[in-house]
Amino acid sequence: MLLLATVPGLAVLLTFHYLPLLGNVIAFQDFQPYLGILHSPWNGWTNFEVLTSGDPQFVTALGNTLVIMLLQIGVVFTVPIALALLLDSLVTERWKRIVQTVLYLPHFLSWVIVVSIFNELLGGSGPLNTFLRRHDLATFDIVGNAAVFQELVTGQVLWKEAGWAMILFLAALSRIDPELYEASSVDGAGKARQLWHITLPGLRSVIVLLLILRLGDALTVGFEQILLQQQAVGVDASEVLDTYVYNHGVVMGDWGVSAAVGLVKGLVGVVLVLGANKLAHAFGEPGLYQRSPR
Amino acid sequence: MKALKALLLTLCCALVVVPFVGIVATSLSTREQIVREGGFVIIPDQITFAAYEALFTGGVVPRAVGVSVFITAVGTALSLTTTTLLAYGLSRPGSLGHRPVLTLVVGALLFTPGIIPGYLTVSTLGLLDSYWAVILPAVVSAFNVVILRAFFMEIPAELVESARIDGAGDWQILTRIVLPLSKAVLSVIGLFYAVGYWNAFFTALLYLNDAAKWPVQLVLRTYVVNQQQLGVDQVGAGSLPPQEALQMAILVISIVPILLVYPFVQRHFTKGVLVGAVKG
Repeated sequence: MLLLATVPGLAVLLTFHYLPLLGNVIAFQDFQPYLGILHSPWNGWTNFEVLTSGDPQFVTALGNTLVIMLLQIGVVFTVPIALALLLDSLVTERWKRIVQTVLYLPHFLSWVIVVSIFNELLGGSGPLNTFLRRHDLATFDIVGNAAVFQELVTGQVLWKEAGWAMILFLAALSRIDPELYEASSVDGAGKARQLWHITLPGLRSVIVLLLILRLGDALTVGFEQILLQQQAVGVDASEVLDTYVYNHGVVMGDWGVSAAVGLVKGLVGVVLVLGANKLAHAFGEPGLYQRSPR
Repeated sequence: MKALKALLLTLCCALVVVPFVGIVATSLSTREQIVREGGFVIIPDQITFAAYEALFTGGVVPRAVGVSVFITAVGTALSLTTTTLLAYGLSRPGSLGHRPVLTLVVGALLFTPGIIPGYLTVSTLGLLDSYWAVILPAVVSAFNVVILRAFFMEIPAELVESARIDGAGDWQILTRIVLPLSKAVLSVIGLFYAVGYWNAFFTALLYLNDAAKWPVQLVLRTYVVNQQQLGVDQVGAGSLPPQEALQMAILVISIVPILLVYPFVQRHFTKGVLVGAVKG
């Protein structure tokens, strides 16, 4: 009887999750929409050649993806931890709550809203440049400038997600036994030593968990976010793997090749998650999941 | 040291708060002041609702709000129902079919279908230009199923057993015992879903080609991100308020629903759902 309850949800997962997974076979076809999956001719590994042939557009997309990924992993882990430590060291609960509430609000805004806000504030006619112009200072060309696009995108991610990531670290901090701090200060440990020997080890599990989750999405760097701004900065600075798949597939109709790129990207993500999880186990961390003991 | 820390945190908060204040203020400002201050106002000297009146008398915005409200309401209702049923069905290990179904749910967490196969599935099902194309693929989030299932499994077995001895079936146990105990977690998951539907942008872009069916996010992209001018065809009013005020007003309209539900999210989940999810 319980099995019956799972039917509607399962039907959705099978139709919109597993059926598309099967649809990946078009990566091995010269797919023509009017012929459909069943009648399009097979072409083996031809579509995958774009990955190895040094196709300039693909190389650009891959390069941009990797650079943005590194930038984001760099700030998206350090800033929230710093914020959490900062907030945790301020004593009053009331202030903690207020600051938290403010800082993680942007997480719930859509990318369209976030990009709009950044454009309005930092754009040529925004308050920053208006202020600079009025005081006869040099203006910052930020919005629509290909040269700083990757930094801008990282800044947007930071603005939107830093507060949200901070909460996870705060929760982990609150679970550290306060006696550890007392005992170590009796033993003469200073603040820096406490940070290194108590606080950071206390955060280790959460950091590992978030890193694994992030690795699964390593090659996913802000699809909606970048798509929204691509018109303004051009493809060279902004094309990433996801936008490549969208632009070449849905927009230009090169279905097989873009499906091949998307498939490889997805597989790399799965391999990274499984690998990172194994590595975490090797270091004695629970990681994302464990084989259940049955 | 302490003062420096407090200053840093205040600065971070200002980075979030000031843009909001400016957006609301500009949407309420007069043309003279917007021009004088170069397009962005922090403190309006005179408040006018002209931009909102113009947007809401007709044209694209009321229709888009209607579409977004429809997608959000229908989607959230469907999501909560199916997610609850699926999580409940999986909450008793060892029951018939438990393992394969659980594997499918966890597998969905790991393997996400790509953009192209997703698009082909929706178009093959004939859902292009239908609101269902935005709703149905998002109905079940495997992540939410896993969270809710973990919560259901923590309900004391004695409660369920005693109800069973009193003759309650699975359905009655769900409606009389499990659901009333899960109000908090259900409201948080419901809010997550609702925010997701309200914010849906790419699926709408991909599947809704007919501009008459656009939700708020697509209107926002066209007239705010891409700076397309709002003319008399897009707003109902005869005389046009300044573009800046109109753009900011659309932004405010898209943010307000999030701000309305935010206090509820805030109250429940920092301690409850999220921490539980982290512990696994």
